[in-house]
Amino acid sequence: MSSLTIRNLRKSFGAVEVLKGINIEAQAGEFIALVGPSGCGKSTLLAMIAGLETVSEGEIRIGDRLVNSVAPKDRDIAMVFQSYALYPTMTVRENITFGMESRGVPKPQRDEAVKRVSALLQIEPLLGRKPGQLSGGQRQRVAMGRALVRDPKLFLFDEPLSNLDAKLRVDMRTEIKKLHHRVGKTTVYVTHDQVEAMTLASRIAVMHQGQVQQFDEPQTVYDRPANMFVAGFMGSPAMNFIPAEVGTDTDGKPAVSIKTAGASTTMLALHEGVSGISTRNVILGVRPEHIFRYSPELKAAKPSIAKVDAPVEMVEPTGAETIGFMRFGDLEVVGRFDPDEAPRMGETITLGIDMSHACLFDPITKKLL
Amino acid sequence: MSSIDTDVGRRTGQANPGPSWRERLTKALPIFVLVPSLAASFVYIFVFTSWTLYISLSNSSLLPSYGFVGLDNYASLWSNRRWNIAYSNLFFFSAFYIVGAMAIGLALAILIDQRVRGEAMWRTIFLYPLAVSFIVTGTVWSWLYNPVDGIQMLVRSLGWTNFNFALASDRNTAIYAIIITGIWQSSGFAMALFLAGLRSVDQDLIKAAQIDGASTFRTYRKVILPVIAPIFLAVAVIQIQFAIKTFDLVAALTRGGPGISTTFPAIYVYDLMFQRGQIGEGAAAAMMMLAALAVVLVPYSFYVVWRHRKESRHG
Ligand SMILES: Nc1ncnc2c1ncn2[C@@H]1O[C@H](COP(=O)(O)OP(=O)(O)OP(=O)(O)O)[C@@H](O)[C@H]1O
Ligand SMILES: [Mg+2]
Repeated sequence: MSSLTIRNLRKSFGAVEVLKGINIEAQAGEFIALVGPSGCGKSTLLAMIAGLETVSEGEIRIGDRLVNSVAPKDRDIAMVFQSYALYPTMTVRENITFGMESRGVPKPQRDEAVKRVSALLQIEPLLGRKPGQLSGGQRQRVAMGRALVRDPKLFLFDEPLSNLDAKLRVDMRTEIKKLHHRVGKTTVYVTHDQVEAMTLASRIAVMHQGQVQQFDEPQTVYDRPANMFVAGFMGSPAMNFIPAEVGTDTDGKPAVSIKTAGASTTMLALHEGVSGISTRNVILGVRPEHIFRYSPELKAAKPSIAKVDAPVEMVEPTGAETIGFMRFGDLEVVGRFDPDEAPRMGETITLGIDMSHACLFDPITKKLL
Repeated sequence: MSSIDTDVGRRTGQANPGPSWRERLTKALPIFVLVPSLAASFVYIFVFTSWTLYISLSNSSLLPSYGFVGLDNYASLWSNRRWNIAYSNLFFFSAFYIVGAMAIGLALAILIDQRVRGEAMWRTIFLYPLAVSFIVTGTVWSWLYNPVDGIQMLVRSLGWTNFNFALASDRNTAIYAIIITGIWQSSGFAMALFLAGLRSVDQDLIKAAQIDGASTFRTYRKVILPVIAPIFLAVAVIQIQFAIKTFDLVAALTRGGPGISTTFPAIYVYDLMFQRGQIGEGAAAAMMMLAALAVVLVPYSFYVVWRHRKESRHG
């Protein structure tokens, strides 16, 4: 088990700079998730850690060892590819042992390792089959088996679940988490699914346009996103961004005013923690789950709740919750409601907004204030 | 289906007009397009093959005649030394030609696959011989092999006056001259197919093998080449039918000589039919060539069908 240090890493393909100074540090045993939209350079970063792409600038260390120019086979890593990359002409057993055979591990030891891994992943009955005769989920397990059979310093996963159907994906997610608990290896896990990242990772690196936007614990990334990109990327439905003006409410406490129905504005008192904001114009970020139907009891229990009236334009029941779309000035604001108190289309609802969870962003730098 | 259609028609109180002439035309179009080529193939393959088979059992000489003589023509064919040489030449040539062209083609493909600079240029150079007809290849190489003004003469003029290179003029080695020329002509073609195969291999497989610590040689042998195994078979089958038809190359290069050392079945058939007026025996020889092809192609087509079934069964 060892740590992973990435410092000022850059990568260019010809004139195009794909990675622009990446800094990530993973402690031994940590589970790091790399998330970001398609094309942001996640796979490239992973390939560079694996040694499959050259480093243009910067350094990669596994443990204390600088590995910039070490061949993939000498980096002591194991990788699961998005396409699984199982050798199609070999049986599952041969797929799993190919690496050990290449390294000259004697047969009894290989057999022992296959037995251990196939029991762990419950793929014993599949050992004699070829990848073409397996289902997607089984292939995924075999690909995991091929990585687990060795005892590497580092595990790399490139979107290992993205080819599975929704239910299997959730199951495998849980299994990967259990597996990591059991094996405890330092892991870098690429995904563009933010739920996967939230559930699995000890820390998340959110990437965008070749840069790490934020590298922190999942809850911190979710609650205190470093900028509007991270705020919008993590969470579904996405965070609402409402242009607002900073001022004071009738009690003289700091507040923001937002446009609501028609031409009217509503003052929302800010949470006590928020102070010293110098800019006048800000963007108020509110997650859909912090918008709900207002009631005096709720307000009594949680004084940080602000009250807003808004017409309901559309509702989408999903079963567990109902998504409501309300009009705030010329914006559409999304809220997640308990189906029992779901808004009705056309109704003008009185909303409660939990301001203790609201974020304020600078409209120009897009950074969290 | 149609009963449902009429049902709906009755219920909605409208007459069901049936398919329009346009729809009917659309349905019939594939048949119209395919019929001429199917008919032509049928005539050329089955009718003419059956006819040749019948002629090979008849007493035809200069012109076809239909007196049945059983296997006489075959017996006379196989008692002829020249035919025996031709038939064994065919197998000797085919074996070396196919293995040689595939080995060199594969080697070239693997070299080019290492992302060499000027790849397109190399590909064109190696593929170029295929654009030249066998007649031209044969003629050019016959000049090269010619002791008086070919390679021998060139090397001697450079100072090695004892140099001997008369591959094509020695009855024991002339067949090798043909093999070498054939390989030169078609290894580029094998290369092109292999290269396309190598390029179609999922790059992630190669990366996985790299991480697994496999050497380049092991990666090719264990991962890449097994994946493109079907291409080996396809190349081999195409080369085999090139080999069995070999006629123009030999005709231009050695004309079957020296003596009868490089006679090939196709040359022999041509001789019998059009030079010596023995159509019956010529047809028998042609049937033997067909048999040689069938020995290869029938198992191959069974294999293809079997594999197709297997694949569709596993989705
Ligand atoms: N070999 C290459 N040559 C040139 N550009 C490349 C190469 N490989 C990747 N890129 C570019 O680098 C950028 C990042 O690619 P990368 O595959 O890392 O994205 P990703 O974050 O993994 O996306 P996805 O979620 O779709 O897998 C893309 O814009 C891509 O076009
Ligand atoms: Mg990717």
